[in-house]
Amino acid sequence: MRVALFVTCVNDALYPRTGIAVVRLLERLGVEVDFPAAQSCCGQPQYNTGYRYETEPLVRRTAAAFEGYAYVVTPSGSCAAMIREHYPRIGRKAAAEGRGGELAEAAASLGPRVYELTEFLVDVLGVTDVGAYFPHTVTYHPSCHGLRGLGLGDRPRRLLAAVKGLELVELPGAEECCGFGGTFSVKNPDLSAAMGGDKAGSAAATGADFLCGADNSCLAHLDGILRRRGAPLRTLHLAEILAATEEEPPA
Amino acid sequence: MTGTFIGMPAFPAAAKEAVGNEVLRANLRRATHTIRDKRARAVAELADWDRLRAAGKAVKDHTLRHLDRYLLELEEAVTAAGGVVHWAADAEEANRIVTGLVLATGEREVVKVKSMATQEIGLNEALEAAGIAAYETDLAELIVQLGHDRPSHILVPAIHRNRAEIRDVFAAEMGAWGRPAPEGLGDDPRELAEAARLHLREKFLRAKVAVSGANFMVAETGTLVVFESEGNGRMCLTLPDTLISVVGIEKVVPTFRDLEIFLQTLPRSSTAERMNPYTSMWTGLGPSKGADGDGPSDFHLVLLDNGRTDTLADEVGRQALRCIRCSACLNVCPVYERAGGHAYGSVYPGPIGAILSPQLRGTGSEIDASLPYASTLCGACYEVCPVAIDIPEVLVHLRERVVQGGPVTREGIRVRIRPARGHAAERAAMRAARRLLDHPGALRAGERLLARARRLRPRRLPGPGRAWTDSRALPELPAEPFRDWWARERGERERPDRAQQDRGEPDRERPDRGEPDRGGRA
Repeated sequence: MRVALFVTCVNDALYPRTGIAVVRLLERLGVEVDFPAAQSCCGQPQYNTGYRYETEPLVRRTAAAFEGYAYVVTPSGSCAAMIREHYPRIGRKAAAEGRGGELAEAAASLGPRVYELTEFLVDVLGVTDVGAYFPHTVTYHPSCHGLRGLGLGDRPRRLLAAVKGLELVELPGAEECCGFGGTFSVKNPDLSAAMGGDKAGSAAATGADFLCGADNSCLAHLDGILRRRGAPLRTLHLAEILAATEEEPPA
Repeated sequence: MTGTFIGMPAFPAAAKEAVGNEVLRANLRRATHTIRDKRARAVAELADWDRLRAAGKAVKDHTLRHLDRYLLELEEAVTAAGGVVHWAADAEEANRIVTGLVLATGEREVVKVKSMATQEIGLNEALEAAGIAAYETDLAELIVQLGHDRPSHILVPAIHRNRAEIRDVFAAEMGAWGRPAPEGLGDDPRELAEAARLHLREKFLRAKVAVSGANFMVAETGTLVVFESEGNGRMCLTLPDTLISVVGIEKVVPTFRDLEIFLQTLPRSSTAERMNPYTSMWTGLGPSKGADGDGPSDFHLVLLDNGRTDTLADEVGRQALRCIRCSACLNVCPVYERAGGHAYGSVYPGPIGAILSPQLRGTGSEIDASLPYASTLCGACYEVCPVAIDIPEVLVHLRERVVQGGPVTREGIRVRIRPARGHAAERAAMRAARRLLDHPGALRAGERLLARARRLRPRRLPGPGRAWTDSRALPELPAEPFRDWWARERGERERPDRAQQDRGEPDRERPDRGEPDRGGRA
């Protein structure tokens, strides 16, 4: 099986180790991975801030970059939700504004082929034990767009529970937003920090070694708060835990 | 705290104050989490909740689609039952009608059933200006009124107050409005409720005029419905001679049978009750047309538009008119929990307020232009909404209106509005980012530059970046972007054509890419 990796702009620029982990994990599971270099950003920051017209070129670019791939896998719930939920809306609005059906067609073609990493592992490959080894205590924050947008359910937890050596501890109030919210984090910095502070506090109180998530943007916000507080808890993307083995622990 | 929302600062500034107020945060956290958890349990009891939710949405959408027809049907039925129907295009007209009706009775005081519509139009202030005293009879509204405060929640307007604060308000203020609080009043909830009962009873027994809203109006029968849980509404609706109800036009439902859905979804969503404690229904003056002396002998229904028809004209935004004012979205919202209701600068706070106020009032003021951004788009509000209003979708839609401008309907006329002020720098940044992101060659160069600057990572950023670094450390920058790792480690398979990438073209001629296995999602 051959898949295209949509690494996302945040991971490309700031968290390459997450992208590398996805490549290693999928290859270990016998999947051939391509990285179409024409990919860039899905346009979520622009769209969610209200700049729909600035988003449209990125919808076209993303759809073209992944044309022909039956599976497009991405280690971000919010970018997957952007493509599956919002691209069709952008297409509908463009058509309603009399600008043709091109964007709607691009959205309709790409959406069903996009899988968030845990969906791809559990639903397409049919695995929950990916052969990982991670001898640490971990708590999991389900980011909102994965949880409520995509309906990832317990897929991430099932994958984590099957990791050898890993002890999974429940995060109290797990389903509450961490307060990142894209540009919300800078437009409403006091509220964002208050929400993030509460989430970081709950996570630290679990006594876990790692706070794991499936969206690096939420984790960047929480990690920034934890570091500023000097808390020992570290954040780690789910893919890096699933890619870890006894021979190759995470960097 | 003043009694007005006029001249409110933008949401972030108003919220900053609330975030720093630890008493307020504790009050709100305790209250919202309690109601939130109870609602979840009450909803989980119903096996057909999803179907009730879908049915509520469908009934509301159908009614809104044919609102003109159902409103005329309602008018006919109310009139036939002895009521008088008035049409108010805006707040000013509604206030003028109600003030005139009260003055015509010769009375100078009215008792009020808790009503969002009369708060929306500022009726109490309009009555006061005409020399008429309006007494709120809902316990929480009484607390707000006596405290010269503003409501901060749709259902529990004094949610921001704890019982010690309420005791102080009662002890200090009740005497100025009527029967004073008993000597040595404590802060035990039972004692506080008893003080309110005694204070209010005097008003109920004296009042000749009552003003209410309504949760629903049945077009078929002309029946109005009020949901409440203290019995104060029942007193106001039955004791006075004159009853004036001010109701938003979106509150109509076609048939009596449609109430079956909302009788189940509204109590469970708002107060986590299986059955609503006091559900009052009345149809004009009743079959005897008030001749038997039971209930009011004079009934007026004021149908309020005040921006609703304009909102209805917007294909995405109109779903906000499905709202049944249950407050489930407030109780589950992490932003509301920390910002409090006052920061929203409207009688409609929380997620629903963030999509209602900028539609009913427009996005012209600073507060209204900032409300669509008062959310992380976490989606918890949509999940709990009993009429499935996709609040995040409407928020993003209204954000577009703020930064891009576009078509809106104002007083029935389709106009194009210009982008709100204060977004020029952001717009320029978004454009620059789009240009960069739409040219992977330039993007890669930018990423490499970032990687090279990794040792320069400052502790605090200047300018707009400060909003991030004031409370968070910056991420550590990687030695190289993912693209470069890929090109080095897996590049022999990929053989990227640099020139092609720099033009931003996907390389279409690569062989054997993706054997289409369109099995779809499992």
